[in-house]
Amino acid sequence: MIKDRINDQCIEENQVAGNGLLDRRLFLKKGLQFGAISTLASSTALASTNSETKTAAADPPWMHVPGKPFSVYGNPSEFEDDVVRFPTQNEMLSGNGVSWTPLHLMEGTITPNGLHYERHHNGVPQIDPKKHRLLIHGLVKKDLIFSIDDLLRYPMQSKICFIECGGNSNAGWNKQPSQSEAGYFNGMASCSEWTGVPLSVLLEEVGLRKKAKWLVAEGADAFAMQMSIPIEKALDDAFLALYQNGERIRPENGYPLRLIVPGWEGVLNVKWLRRLKITNRPIMARNETSRYTELQPSGKARMFTFPMEAKSLITSPSAHMVLKEPSLYQITGLAWSGRGKISKVEVSADAGETWAEAELQEPVLDRSFTRFRLPWHWNGKPTVLKSRAIDETGYVQPERTELVKQRGRHGFFHYNAITNWHVDSDGFVSHVYDKKENETTDSDISIDSGWD
Amino acid sequence: MTKKKMKRQILISVLIAVGTNLVLAVETKGPGLGHVVSPGEIATWDISVFPNGEGLPKGEGNVKDGEELYKGKCIACHGENGLGTASGDQLAGAQMGLTSEYPEKTIGSYWPYATTVFDMVRRSMPMTAPGSLTDNETYAVIAYLLYLNNLIDEDEVMDASTLPKVKMPNKDGFINVYEKEKNK
Repeated sequence: MIKDRINDQCIEENQVAGNGLLDRRLFLKKGLQFGAISTLASSTALASTNSETKTAAADPPWMHVPGKPFSVYGNPSEFEDDVVRFPTQNEMLSGNGVSWTPLHLMEGTITPNGLHYERHHNGVPQIDPKKHRLLIHGLVKKDLIFSIDDLLRYPMQSKICFIECGGNSNAGWNKQPSQSEAGYFNGMASCSEWTGVPLSVLLEEVGLRKKAKWLVAEGADAFAMQMSIPIEKALDDAFLALYQNGERIRPENGYPLRLIVPGWEGVLNVKWLRRLKITNRPIMARNETSRYTELQPSGKARMFTFPMEAKSLITSPSAHMVLKEPSLYQITGLAWSGRGKISKVEVSADAGETWAEAELQEPVLDRSFTRFRLPWHWNGKPTVLKSRAIDETGYVQPERTELVKQRGRHGFFHYNAITNWHVDSDGFVSHVYDKKENETTDSDISIDSGWD
Repeated sequence: MTKKKMKRQILISVLIAVGTNLVLAVETKGPGLGHVVSPGEIATWDISVFPNGEGLPKGEGNVKDGEELYKGKCIACHGENGLGTASGDQLAGAQMGLTSEYPEKTIGSYWPYATTVFDMVRRSMPMTAPGSLTDNETYAVIAYLLYLNNLIDEDEVMDASTLPKVKMPNKDGFINVYEKEKNK
């Protein structure tokens, strides 16, 4: 009883928005005595606490035998074998499709290389770096060709930034909310530290002619991916990455060379880069005309919609997770914006009636995943959790109704609306739309397919 | 020069050298390791085709040859008459308009440039053997696809001069959001 009273008092004193959202600094307060609820409950399965486990934990067998020897390249624990990418492939062409990053099973902001999302149009080429070249030609004073060994001798820079496929979260356009795990319909987004040569350095060496306005980047895969990029962006912050999170880029992410265009649609970050053609206009490739354009209700389509707009997503609790009991939980998630830094993330635990500012994990970086967290006391009653990102340009992540009103449902790309997680009285979490936007048409054609 | 003076002179020289290096580092100049390439060599790399036809190769193809090629190499994914399958895009035969509840985005209803189809097929198709079609075969397949979309007649021949002139119904169906934002 006394415990309960302390709890109630603590919750009341620290509540910053409706339905149990608590002060974001709660866990950071020094010497805070948070009564009985200071133990943070986990929203995923809890370890068994029966007596057998307790004995085993006190005297575990691995303290009585020598451990395994060294390894030349480490792997995750065998007990983490469910933390994997989720591939959805074209039935007839296994190299055409996507694999999703399991954002709901991860913490922090950096995506391990083996979990970075993939989107391939025709498989992963196995490129011998000795036989790979980069050609830069077109509206330049000197057409030049570089080997990978050449490029490795150039001055490099590193940037931590996200890459997000233009088609990420596109199940959101469907009339019924996807019930996939959070990462398996929002995880065509990942964040790495990329290291390589600033494109501006190479463009200076080839010498741009006055009429140079665009560049056409081409990959060395079986699709020969081709995309046009404005020269301003190329000179501003684009670079040619050779390393990802400290090691050479993985084949599925563009080995040996990938164009990084921070904050812009994933497809522009051309993997297996082999050619840059400097031009005075875009090439009007298939993936900038027939695809990666967004059909609007007017019948016109948006084209060259490069930056990925601000988005946030609560990764825990999220779909398929279960809150075991009414208790204190940590709401945690990711926010990012292709236009700069995240300035604020707000969270609601009462379906958007009231909002509280979440704590942003420092450092908050330009065009990078930003981790947000907020303590929440769940009272055991059904409710809806939401998060919304605001970036440094002042842009506010829209509600789904607002986005659909603006863009219709056939844009396919650039879905960045607020995601709602419904918690039922058993603590089970599922994906819901706002009541007013729940449409029920049996004949709805699902566009849940990841590839285009 | 006294010893003291000499020491100071050396120190200044070192500082200047360090300073110069720092300036170089900030400007991130490249070491200039690229090799000059001849136009002939570039031609073997460059397969990009612009809407005005720039980049189109010599050669030609007709609808009849295209149909045969399509039935051999494309139909498995793109279906009979270009109607599409679960594995390949619908390329022709759009019934529903772009403002309808279920818009169908085909070459005839959506693609703004006929040249893009050539560029795409030559570089990426067929997915099981990309780059295996000759330029004549590519022109033929494009002719058949344009014919399926009622964009050319059965007896029209596609080549570097006729292809860019094909009238595409949705040519003006796009809003260049990047330019619009830039000019704001």
